[in-house]
Amino acid sequence: MIIKGKVHKFSDNINTDDIIAAKYLVSSDAQELGKHCMETISPDFSQKVSPGDIIVAGRNFGCGSSREHAPLAIKGCGVSAVIAKSFAAIFFRNAINIGLPFLESLDVDKINDGDVIEVDLTSGVIKNITQDKNYKTQAFPEFLQQIVASGGLINYIKKQKV
Amino acid sequence: MPYTIAEKILLKHSGQKSIAPGEFIEAEVDVALANDITAPLAISEFKKSGFKQVFNKNKIVLVPDHFAPAKDLKSANQCKILADFAKEQGIKNYFEIGQMGIEHALLPEKGIVLPGDLIIGADSHTCTYGALGAYATGMGSTDLARAYIDGKCWLKVPASLKFIYQGKLNKWVGGKDLILFTIGQIGVDGALYKVMEFCGPVIKQLGMDDRFSICNMAIEAGARAGIIAPDAITKKFIAGFKRKSKFYQSDPDAVYEKTYTWDISKLEPLVACPHLPSNVKPVSSLKEIKVDQVVIGSCTNGRISDLRIAAGLLKGKKAASGVKLIIFPATQKIYLQAVKEGLAEIFVKAGGVFSTPTCGPCLGGHMGVLAEGEVAIATTNRNFLGRMGSPKSFVYLSNPAVAAASAITGRITHPKEIVIAGLKVKN
Repeated sequence: MIIKGKVHKFSDNINTDDIIAAKYLVSSDAQELGKHCMETISPDFSQKVSPGDIIVAGRNFGCGSSREHAPLAIKGCGVSAVIAKSFAAIFFRNAINIGLPFLESLDVDKINDGDVIEVDLTSGVIKNITQDKNYKTQAFPEFLQQIVASGGLINYIKKQKV
Repeated sequence: MPYTIAEKILLKHSGQKSIAPGEFIEAEVDVALANDITAPLAISEFKKSGFKQVFNKNKIVLVPDHFAPAKDLKSANQCKILADFAKEQGIKNYFEIGQMGIEHALLPEKGIVLPGDLIIGADSHTCTYGALGAYATGMGSTDLARAYIDGKCWLKVPASLKFIYQGKLNKWVGGKDLILFTIGQIGVDGALYKVMEFCGPVIKQLGMDDRFSICNMAIEAGARAGIIAPDAITKKFIAGFKRKSKFYQSDPDAVYEKTYTWDISKLEPLVACPHLPSNVKPVSSLKEIKVDQVVIGSCTNGRISDLRIAAGLLKGKKAASGVKLIIFPATQKIYLQAVKEGLAEIFVKAGGVFSTPTCGPCLGGHMGVLAEGEVAIATTNRNFLGRMGSPKSFVYLSNPAVAAASAITGRITHPKEIVIAGLKVKN
């Protein structure tokens, strides 16, 4: 699967309250949540994002709460993938379970806000089109790829039960 | 093969012959918990999947505690989804307000979670139950929906870190300070994907309430779980609960990725400053910080011993002029106990709000949201930007003694200042 989009750059330790504040958790609708994505730290983020854009961040992305509303909000505002140096464990599994593509890469410091990049999820290659550079990172373990390929955890389980 | 407690629990629940860190396993869960924020999404995923009956109605727990008692129409609708699902599926462990408490204090109190269990919860502070010697970990709503279907979850077996605390705790220093100290040392991702095993002579002497506070905040260092070896103190705590439990101990030659050993004899009460739980400073270095609000309670520090500590300082005193003091016991049982012991009276006479159990103030939900520019000291677990309200507010985290002392003076205060001053409080 190949994803292409413009980069929105964020720092280390972007937490789930940054991604979607608790006051909006009275809805589970991705589009609704998407309107408030990153609002605490970047108030006009949802207006700035074009469908397909990519979030690039530092260490420990998605730390804090278990709210699945966080990856849903990211998906709901049109972001197609997240690349970070590392992901908090619950966000990591939530993103897999709802089928939000993401990659871990230590090369994120080389990527600038506004760059256009192309991400190959299967091979783990990130192509920086703006800078004409390639970064190689690890693709998902096979087990997780199967969940993502099935379209999320529930579909994966349904397939197993058939 | 030698194993840690966490590995032994995962091995048992995976049904495999052996396991190793980094391996993906499928495991059977003993308890699957969700609340009024996360359950509606889990329930709708479960329903969309086409399955009709949950795998086991006795292993599912639903607690409307975050925006309950319902703060507005939308949250009322969310809470109702839990009530309806519980009724439809015959789930007995659904706790309506009046029986409800903050989930991570309520489940141990009711004996729903026990040593040796594998517990998943769609709430990050599910790690609290590690204090009982259980493997308890936070997940998302879809994980819960899957568990509703077949009682299982997927897990990547985490490596373990060992934390040994030596020496003797000073007065006014408790479990909260130990975990703040630890997060301050290793950072908010210092235990990313790992299990934190807390041990040593200091832990062995701690009561359950302090142990819960410690394991509660393992997630604040990025950990999958926090765990404490069950012992005589654990045994006493679970006495009277009918379901069978299992006490696992780590093998002497179990493998840890890293071991930290600290002598905590010189530790003074600590405060995590805005906007990260790792931004930890000694309380005495913050005495210039004025506070507008003091919050005592939550799944971290809303247990009876926390309230006793706070009441001990507040007895016969008043919150400083202009300071909003909010005390919220974690469960109905704790609430009633606080009434019986006269703690509630102390809080009310001190000018405090004595609230029904709810997660509300901790996550800026209701019952004490911070305005722009306001500063709070809270016994909760997170001080992220905007966590308790306005993105322009500030949250400091501390133990209940520091919070109560700060309420009296109106600035961040070492509890010893209150005691030294006797009845006359130095301002």
